Amino acid sequence: MPQKKTPPIRTLDFGGPGPAFRAGLRLAFGVPATVLGASYVGFGAMVHQAGLELWHGVASVVTAWALPGQIALVDLYGDGASLLAIAIAVAVTNARLLPMAITLVPLMRSPGTPRWRYYLAAHFIAVTGWALAMRDCPALPAAQRLPYFAGVVLVLWCVSMLGASLGFFLVGGVPAYVTLGLVFLNPVYFMLVIAGDVRIPSRVIAALLGAVAGPLLYLATPDWSLLLTGLGAGSLAYALGRARPSWR
Amino acid sequence: MQDPSPWWPVAVLAAGAGATYVWRGLGVALSGRLSPEDKLFDWVACVAYALLAGLIARMILLPSGPLAVLPLSDRAGAAILAFVMFFLLKRNLLLGIASGVLALMILAWARGGGV
Repeated sequence: MPQKKTPPIRTLDFGGPGPAFRAGLRLAFGVPATVLGASYVGFGAMVHQAGLELWHGVASVVTAWALPGQIALVDLYGDGASLLAIAIAVAVTNARLLPMAITLVPLMRSPGTPRWRYYLAAHFIAVTGWALAMRDCPALPAAQRLPYFAGVVLVLWCVSMLGASLGFFLVGGVPAYVTLGLVFLNPVYFMLVIAGDVRIPSRVIAALLGAVAGPLLYLATPDWSLLLTGLGAGSLAYALGRARPSWR
Repeated sequence: MQDPSPWWPVAVLAAGAGATYVWRGLGVALSGRLSPEDKLFDWVACVAYALLAGLIARMILLPSGPLAVLPLSDRAGAAILAFVMFFLLKRNLLLGIASGVLALMILAWARGGGV
């Protein structure tokens, strides 16, 4: 995400849970909402082109809000994959949410907060809101952290639904070449996000091997190509990283 | 698609929701007990990166949907342009995406509206 470079903030205090919630709302408007909204316009166009209804696309945002998994789901649905293949591909794509939740939840803990609120908040852990909360929560008083995160993700969640709906409707009303551009948006978006994230060599190797193996294995076994690509190329890259510590 | 039942998409969405929330819920349950620095997560990240990169490459090179009407050269060319612009413009995500998407639209338009 292109964020303005802010110097590390030592302390941040909005004066209470309510103002912290509203500060979260305000922060999410702007670049985070714009990038995410545009990506979901592409998602909405994909939903339409896969033969799904608008409410399917919105329900996907409501119940499983994490774009890479949603893209995998819609693409595999359109390709006629089996339920098991789809579930496994989504699970593997979204497995990164586990370490993300493990890192963020302790930062949001505050005495007296019922445990179910963390289970509810976890439903909204996705990369954009997670990155903002990871940056700002340590600087906030404990009681303001969960409300702040709630404000951020509420805006991003709503923008995702609006973007998906807009993309879905645009497909019906724009020329075919615009639709093709919208459907092309998300592959390009994720290609660049992965290409720009070159801090950890083993992940770069994983992505390169995966990009080669994905299409080739698809020709051999469409249903299982994603799982085989992930496990094969990913494990090989991980092993290379362990063998060469500088590649980790 | 393959199954005309209106419940088929619902089953797919429900499976997707379960396969997504399971990690988030497990993350809350395990937070404080398992470190995010655990080596297991390095492997998980590598597998997820490889899978996502494989999916993206396939969506560009062997698309199953409407992009298949365009020749491979158009899809690959637009993706390469996005890649080059992204790095030329100091990793500007918005401009990188815009160049790739616009290039694809222009190519599709030049071929007669994309169909």
